[in-house]
Amino acid sequence: MTRTQPASPEAPAVTAPMLKVSGLNFFYGESHILRNVDMTVPKGQMVCLIGRNGVGKTTLLNNVMGLLSPRTGDIYYEGQSVLKVSPDQRARRGIGYVPQGREIIPRLTVKENLIIGQEALGDRGQKSAGVPAEIFELFPVLETMLSRMGGDLSGGQQQQLAIARALMGRPKLLVLDEPTEGIQPSIILDIEAAVRRIIATTGISVLLVEQHLHFVRQADFYYAMQKGGIVASGPTAELSNAVIQEFLAV
Amino acid sequence: MIEGLINGLFNGISIGAVLLIVALGLAIVFGLMGVINLAHGELMMLGAYTTYVVQNGAKALGEGALEFYILAALPLSFLVAALVGLALERGVIRHLYGRPLETLLATWGVSLILRQFVRSVNWAMIVGLGLFCLLFFGGRWILQRQTQWEQTRRVAAPVILALSSAIALAAGILINQNGGTALSQPWFGARNVDVTAPGWLRGGLSLGTTLQFPYARLFIIVLTILCLIGVYWFLNGTAWGLRMRSVTQNRKMSACLGIPTDRVDALTFALGSGLAGIAGCAVTLLGSVGPNLGGNYIVDAFMVVVVGGVGKLVGSIVAALVIGSITYLLGSGTLALILPPAEALQPLVDFFTFFATTSMAKVMVFALIIAFLQWKPAGMFPQKGRSVEV
Repeated sequence: MTRTQPASPEAPAVTAPMLKVSGLNFFYGESHILRNVDMTVPKGQMVCLIGRNGVGKTTLLNNVMGLLSPRTGDIYYEGQSVLKVSPDQRARRGIGYVPQGREIIPRLTVKENLIIGQEALGDRGQKSAGVPAEIFELFPVLETMLSRMGGDLSGGQQQQLAIARALMGRPKLLVLDEPTEGIQPSIILDIEAAVRRIIATTGISVLLVEQHLHFVRQADFYYAMQKGGIVASGPTAELSNAVIQEFLAV
Repeated sequence: MIEGLINGLFNGISIGAVLLIVALGLAIVFGLMGVINLAHGELMMLGAYTTYVVQNGAKALGEGALEFYILAALPLSFLVAALVGLALERGVIRHLYGRPLETLLATWGVSLILRQFVRSVNWAMIVGLGLFCLLFFGGRWILQRQTQWEQTRRVAAPVILALSSAIALAAGILINQNGGTALSQPWFGARNVDVTAPGWLRGGLSLGTTLQFPYARLFIIVLTILCLIGVYWFLNGTAWGLRMRSVTQNRKMSACLGIPTDRVDALTFALGSGLAGIAGCAVTLLGSVGPNLGGNYIVDAFMVVVVGGVGKLVGSIVAALVIGSITYLLGSGTLALILPPAEALQPLVDFFTFFATTSMAKVMVFALIIAFLQWKPAGMFPQKGRSVEV
């Protein structure tokens, strides 16, 4: 197998980092889940985290969002430690989260799900009474079902709603956890195109956990995880077939 | 016969309205938050005692004030119950989210404390409590501003608690023993106290010779409708209502969307508790006020929420009206009276006559509810569609 650059926080640090994870160790009880994880997401770049099921990718994102607390290590967002910052405050500082399984609020309408996404704006911007047109340009299907309950949408529609909801808070860093999981191929392409367009038009940073190779290749950098640690990283352009074989094949 | 049925239905609906106003707060705390708050009835009891205190205050102000004290008692009852509910959420329930059995036990304990509190409360106790709050919260506030608080917290917090409790207790005992009757006499005692309805709520609206709708019950029906409209507007028409609905469905994701979930939890609990206070104020128009007042309503209120379908306000409305009407129609013997005197119907008349007492009607209603929940375990209005699985 061709190992690319060794894992280090400096690996893709082309510009100042938006997010920096440093020496992170997380335990579930006595089970050591994340082992000395170092990772950097530069500003305006898309970083993809790859690895087989159960290696700790979602656990790492939950640590980034503040839903779980590491035993040791630190997480820096825009240069400041956010270890003691609650999830809602992290969201208000500009970390948008699209979790695995979408987590749409089931008994809110699509419109309400979108409006509630503006909570993340905090003091960073003016809330609007309606849904901005850019959201519907990215996800036209949502415009036709604003009054439907979020829980009644199909998986693909819910995924689009989850991304749109995160965008309503105008995030500086968008964290996407397997956005194509369980989605039909045509909608995967729509979601990919939307994410590409979001990065191109807004310049936000994206941290993506993904198994879908085509989507992985859209990222600027990748980190590969195995047994809770980062084992390979580098520019996605250099992502070799051997690495893909080892870390993406389920 | 028709007049008897109309009278029966009116009384049934008015009982349903009382049930609904009691269950409305519970529908929010239990239905939306999933917290089994066994102290809900005691929050209602606090609302009733607040009404009693306001009435006594109005008495001192004169006849004019006594006519309108209920209008001041309603918001004050809401406020007192909401503040106690807020303290309960912040002090007890917040630490027990997701642990229903512990919540149930803890709130039961709180209900016993509150019952005893209204029996024993006097000036000495209030001074002691005030002193404790001043020392405990003031002490913590000062120490939290010290740079070494995090390191010393484990030792300092129990020391402040012990010292504050000891000083407050000693002060309370001293005042109780040496302060004279005025400071040591209980405010309410263990006996029930009476709240007199304002003049305009006494009597009733007469229609024909036999039909009479008591003003107090009409007032409760109107109050219930206003509370329903208010709650519906708050939940569906305000930003805090939207946050509340979001947090109660998915707390973790709501936090990741930037919603301050702890503040929303506190507000939701305070709103539900405040509604219990309004219910307490309303039931003072129907009978006397005592420490056990809440216990008489809490089971019925839980029944309304469960039969209606947990998390469904519309379910609570229908369930309250149905349970209220059936209880009254059975208990008052109206059903036995309206049946035509045919021999073939005699067994049915005997059956309804057998259940024509308050306690037997309750037995019948419980039996019907058990049978209904076997048929529809999720209540009258269960969640439908994919939402159920999400």
